[in-house]
Amino acid sequence: MLNKKNIFFGSSVFLVALFIIATWAYKDAKNEALSFMAKDNKELFMPDYSPRYGNADAKVFLIEFLDPECESCRRFYPQVKDILKKYEGKVQLVVRYAPFHKNSKIAIRAIEAARMQGLYWESLETLFKNQPYWGNHHNPKPELIFDYLLQLGLDMDKLRSDMKSPEITKMIEQDVADLKTLEVRGTPTFFINGKPLSSFSMNTIDSMIKSEIETLY
Amino acid sequence: MKESKSLLFFYIAWLVAAIATLGSMFFSEVMKYTPCSMCWYQRIAMYPLVMILLIGAWKSIKETTLFATPFVLIGWLIALYHNLLHYKIIPESAAPCVQGVPCSTVYINWFGFITIPILSLTAFTIIGVLLILEKRNRNHA
Repeated sequence: MLNKKNIFFGSSVFLVALFIIATWAYKDAKNEALSFMAKDNKELFMPDYSPRYGNADAKVFLIEFLDPECESCRRFYPQVKDILKKYEGKVQLVVRYAPFHKNSKIAIRAIEAARMQGLYWESLETLFKNQPYWGNHHNPKPELIFDYLLQLGLDMDKLRSDMKSPEITKMIEQDVADLKTLEVRGTPTFFINGKPLSSFSMNTIDSMIKSEIETLY
Repeated sequence: MKESKSLLFFYIAWLVAAIATLGSMFFSEVMKYTPCSMCWYQRIAMYPLVMILLIGAWKSIKETTLFATPFVLIGWLIALYHNLLHYKIIPESAAPCVQGVPCSTVYINWFGFITIPILSLTAFTIIGVLLILEKRNRNHA
């Protein structure tokens, strides 16, 4: 009779090893493809239309695909700001959109319309702050977005009409197309000068920025 | 002879369950595809089969076939439904997925027809057929 134990044990070891090797190979191939894309196609990561925060001459770009309705983005935001402050002058934040939730697009249109009135970052922060109220997944109230933005002193009539602007539509469509190319499947997704995070944590972001600064400055 | 044939059917069924389990984990954990709710129900049916069939191969193939059957049957039915949804035979509005990823989302499409739900249905079908073969092998001399 076949040696039961050996066959099952051997197959298990083989399958698990295959899984580990495949994981490693996949990540390696993906990183290589991304760094290749970053070199040849800067526009894919940071198009000119995207909102940017920080010194315009910075050499390190922290590209963040975010969604105003995403809870993790909300939680990460203050820490991203801390990092920008820590490496002030050397790092620039580039905001890209990943509208993965139901009301993401309304929120994105609203903050982009606010950007036309020079209150982009204030609007983004307000929407993050009040996200549990307007963006609650069980009981979303997207109409509240306008109440929060009103408090910033925006011209709401202009904002509502700007929200329909074809430029914003085009921009969201381009961001969605790029996130598909870059295989962004979660928010927030960060790239540092086109390099994906080796692991998803604030410490990784910090150390990757640090090493980019060391090479570029 | 009859016994080793039964074991062989069992071994292949276990192998298919293990590959399906690791494969689905590769899709979600490594490639970061978010599983839709129906994928989760299929996972719930598939994952335990790895352990059930493994222990069964040692203890009692006869009884284990019985224990494994409801998992295979339920998983197979959900997979079938999922495929009908995937290929738009059933409209999405009739589907129970409301939040998160819609179950009609197509993540992979190898050679134009191999999608994740097809892989799942294939795996459940193979396991089901092997368990039937095992039972018939045991019953008929």
